[in-house]
Amino acid sequence: MLDAKTLGKLQDQALELRKMTIREIGHLGSGHIGGSMSIIELLTYLYYHEMRIDPSDPKKVDRDRLVCSKGHAGPAVYATLASKGYFPEDWLLTLNQGGTRLPSHCDMNKTPGVDFTTGSLGQGTSAAVGIALGQRLLKQDARTFLIVGDGESQEGQVWEAAETAAQWKLGNLIAFTDFNKLQLDGWTDDIVSMDDIDTRWLGFGWHVQRIPGHDFNQIAEAVERAKAVLDRPSMIILDTIKSKGFIPGEGICANHSMAFDSEAAEKAIAELEARTKGGKE
Amino acid sequence: MVAIEDLAAEHPEVVMLDADLSSCIGSSSFQKLYPERFFNCGIAEANMVGVAAGLSSMGLVPFAHSFGCFSSRRAYDQWFLSVGYAQQRVHLIGTDPGITAQLNGGTHMPFEDIALMREVPGIYVIEPSDAQSLYELTRQAYATGKSSYTRVPRKGATHRYPVGTKFELGKGIVLHEGSDLAIVATGEVMVNAATKAVETLEASGVHPMLIDLHTIKPLDTELLEKAAKQCGRMLVCENGRYAGGVGEGIAAHLARTCPTKMDFLNVGERYGEVGKLPYLAQAFGFTPERIVELAEGLLKN
Repeated sequence: MLDAKTLGKLQDQALELRKMTIREIGHLGSGHIGGSMSIIELLTYLYYHEMRIDPSDPKKVDRDRLVCSKGHAGPAVYATLASKGYFPEDWLLTLNQGGTRLPSHCDMNKTPGVDFTTGSLGQGTSAAVGIALGQRLLKQDARTFLIVGDGESQEGQVWEAAETAAQWKLGNLIAFTDFNKLQLDGWTDDIVSMDDIDTRWLGFGWHVQRIPGHDFNQIAEAVERAKAVLDRPSMIILDTIKSKGFIPGEGICANHSMAFDSEAAEKAIAELEARTKGGKE
Repeated sequence: MVAIEDLAAEHPEVVMLDADLSSCIGSSSFQKLYPERFFNCGIAEANMVGVAAGLSSMGLVPFAHSFGCFSSRRAYDQWFLSVGYAQQRVHLIGTDPGITAQLNGGTHMPFEDIALMREVPGIYVIEPSDAQSLYELTRQAYATGKSSYTRVPRKGATHRYPVGTKFELGKGIVLHEGSDLAIVATGEVMVNAATKAVETLEASGVHPMLIDLHTIKPLDTELLEKAAKQCGRMLVCENGRYAGGVGEGIAAHLARTCPTKMDFLNVGERYGEVGKLPYLAQAFGFTPERIVELAEGLLKN
């Protein structure tokens, strides 16, 4: 359990990151809001509580690393990195504009703090396996964190990566599935169901947990349990809500990428603040 | 494999990955020397290339191997994005190029890997014609600090060049001087056939230039322009496909700089098929006789 003060700080930070992400996409006029909002608690927890990183030295050799394999969640990653001081917050207003350092999908060569380039779904999983393997080979006391989408898990490469990570007993690899049950075309259950995702990962030899994905205490406990597992990679399946906190997108199918302007963004932020009554989403 | 093992002895960051074909290329000997730096990824080439990219981002330098069709076609998006676009450094090896796949047949016979690899910005594409040039060019590719794709037969490498021969990555080798036409050959099968064809042509009073073009990307445009100017006619022979291949690449360059009468020997639109090397060489026309025929045809016009 997190103490009340830590929990409060994380909740406040998550609200702040949600507002930054909504403004970032609203300024551009459209973007991947749904899958960005569903991983805000996870990113907040990792960057504000868990990962051993130094924003003033983004390339520090023995840092913990994060691969956001669902690369379209870039806007949420960027808001998190900006808030940590990897780059100025005003960069967020350049999202996806010509010449930007914040492209739609995460790019390690453009954005300080991004540890691997992703966007073609599935590919970040293999890269994360390579990174975790490299950390072990180089005898680093460091972990690799990986975020995979539920729709993304339809890609065969995810499972190729899963089998090698288990074979190589990568206990320093901790992965999360953003199980928000929606993909671009609609409900994952109606397209190619991921309903049995826990048993799939179990079958591939991973340590598997499934938790409510917006609950910091649950995330904290699951990560601690995963860290104690040294002989297998870990998968933590997060039951999440796509577009969580961007209320106009909550509960609708077509929230993968949405068009809205700055005015709508401010209205959505006001709605969110009213709902959270000044702090707790 | 000797080149990679020597590099591994000198550079602790060198690691080797294979996709269940380590006994075919001999990477099992690397495994014996450096068991902690060898990773058999199983029959999952896309993941192997992605893992290699991740290892590269940690400062390690992976060599990764599968048969050419799987190294290239099967893992192409991973090679293009996780390695190419992400600016990682991986040395990928595709064995059994073209007809050297022999008894594995059409499913295992890569002709189009040349075109696919030429499409990836910033990498080197190499097809050495013998064991000595393979050794030297592998070391030079490592020294560039960039990614490379090496197309190489896994069995019975020819010994063409003596130890101590100077090779330069990106620079073709003139094997025979001549001025009637330039024969540009890439890879062991074609350089062997072209060498014999040159003997026949010389005996009939034709003096061809013969170039071993071991580096496919970047093209040695300086040598190719010189050969085109000197000879006025050029025949490009490759154990691959015309579309996107070496010949098309050279033709596109010379069209801009030095328009030259050309012909091409390759598989064209055909798929591969099963058979031993002599049968396949006959079936696809990868023979000295066919090269002589094409050369004489070029000289008539």
